[in-house]
Amino acid sequence: MLRIKNLEAGYATLKVLRKVTMHVNPGEIVTIIGANGAGKTTLLKTVCGLLRSRDGEILFDRQDIRRLSTEEIVFRGCSLVPEGRQVFAPLSVRENLVLGANVQYRRGKQAEVKNDLNRMFGLFPRLKEREKQLAGTLSGGEQQMLAIARALMARPKLVMMDEPSMGLAPLIVRDIFGIITRLRDEGNTVLLVEQNAKAALGIADRAYVLETGRIILQGQAEDLLSNRDVQRAYLGRDLDSETDI
Amino acid sequence: MNIDLFFQYIVAGLTYGTIYAVVAIGFNIIYNATGIINFAQGEFVMLGGMTAVTLHQILPLPLAILAAVIITMAVGALIEILFIRWLDRPSVLRMVIITIGISILIREASLHIWGEGVRALPYFTGSSETSIRLGGVFVSPQVLWVVGISAVMVILLNVFFTYTLPGRQMRACSANRDAARLCGINAKNMVTLSFVLSAGIGALGGSIVSPITYVQYDSGTQLAIKGFTVAILGGLGNSAAAVGAGMILGVLESFSIAVLPAAYKDVISIAILLLILFVRPSGIFGSSEAARLSEF
Ligand SMILES: Nc1ncnc2c1ncn2[C@@H]1O[C@H](COP(=O)(O)OP(=O)(O)OP(=O)(O)O)[C@@H](O)[C@H]1O
Ligand SMILES: [Mg+2]
Repeated sequence: MLRIKNLEAGYATLKVLRKVTMHVNPGEIVTIIGANGAGKTTLLKTVCGLLRSRDGEILFDRQDIRRLSTEEIVFRGCSLVPEGRQVFAPLSVRENLVLGANVQYRRGKQAEVKNDLNRMFGLFPRLKEREKQLAGTLSGGEQQMLAIARALMARPKLVMMDEPSMGLAPLIVRDIFGIITRLRDEGNTVLLVEQNAKAALGIADRAYVLETGRIILQGQAEDLLSNRDVQRAYLGRDLDSETDI
Repeated sequence: MNIDLFFQYIVAGLTYGTIYAVVAIGFNIIYNATGIINFAQGEFVMLGGMTAVTLHQILPLPLAILAAVIITMAVGALIEILFIRWLDRPSVLRMVIITIGISILIREASLHIWGEGVRALPYFTGSSETSIRLGGVFVSPQVLWVVGISAVMVILLNVFFTYTLPGRQMRACSANRDAARLCGINAKNMVTLSFVLSAGIGALGGSIVSPITYVQYDSGTQLAIKGFTVAILGGLGNSAAAVGAGMILGVLESFSIAVLPAAYKDVISIAILLLILFVRPSGIFGSSEAARLSEF
């Protein structure tokens, strides 16, 4: 589904990603874990065209998307739930969701939008209760749900999520991770970036470890979960405070 | 001052206030889409008026105005595509210089095309002497046209931003540009659309007010300053507040004639502008951020 080869990207003079190679197969949850500043967000932004890559290859559905605009990449079915939620604060919850379905209109599938809206309200009943509320007045957890739902409204083949658990209470994190699992079980493909390594490895099929812009480890999620280096670097210190899924 | 004269001043103030508000809304639409102030906004107003006057020689009045609005919209689109679109995240200073340059360009081109002559459309109904008596006040029918058409325009704009797909897309873009792109919205097209809309609004305003204020190749500059004052007064980006702020400035100016020599009329708006910028840059209607949460 997604194939990245020797990707290099950064900001102005700063080189962030160095020869990143990875892939995501259809129907998997793949997670990328790594410390602050490792380049996880940079990687996702580069894939969806918000940031131009310097070198390498990004294939989505076997086609090179490296030079396409963000709008086109989203249209082709690759959506991002950005870091820090980024909902449209002055718009209502419903308007946020309808805007998420923007590409569906372009695909001529406006008839499905209503159905999808109900599907989202089924997935996130809290959003249904707050349908008319302005997104900026939602709680952090509700905004995260809205951001995820908005991305799903585009009916993506691959949904990438950038730290969906950031700043959320353990109970909400569990809800959100439950929903990610459910999405996979319904046949969706998810690329999940997380700081909460234990929780992410708990639901993922495969995982990559990103450190200062390089992939230093990869493998089955359960293997990484029991890997000593990973345990020490990403799971060790505050094992008890991590959320259990 | 007797009560009738008092209301006479109010009416005059509201008329000018309406036009200032229309210019300010033009500023706000582009500001919301791009975060920049388009200093060529006044030129759109002038261009609309001038074009309508010229076209009225061959077309009936409503058609001449419609055509002038469409032509000015096309000019707005062209300007955005030629000068703005290809810039990648330009600095504010650069945008200020570019839009001022565009305004000079339009002004000089207009001088070339139309000369220095002062023009005006005829009164839509009646003539400059006709007046309607409302209570104790005499009101020119053109004033009613100006206020009426502007009011309809503001309502239609509100409907556009609240209920239509492109309107929502534009609001999404101004709320969060990257997130809008992640929804598959073409942010660049939204910027073009904002220029087209602003140009159209300005041109319509310039056409309907020309019988009262007249129009000349350089009349855009004055209007731009007034409109900018009003936009700042209401809080940048907040179009509903701009309507209120426009009325305030219009009425203030109108009463200033009663106490100050007429030549000082324009000083008022500059003084207000400076005062607001020093004292309360977010506008008199409270925090502009909060206001933008609920308004287009
Ligand atoms: N817009 C930017 N301009 C310049 N440098 C940036 C920009 N965004 C990120 N960086 C730098 O790029 C590096 C990688 O940042 P990135 O946001 O990708 O990290 P991350 O892995 O997502 O971290 P976190 O877990 O804290 O979100 C950091 O050193 C950061 O300072
Ligand atoms: Mg990040």
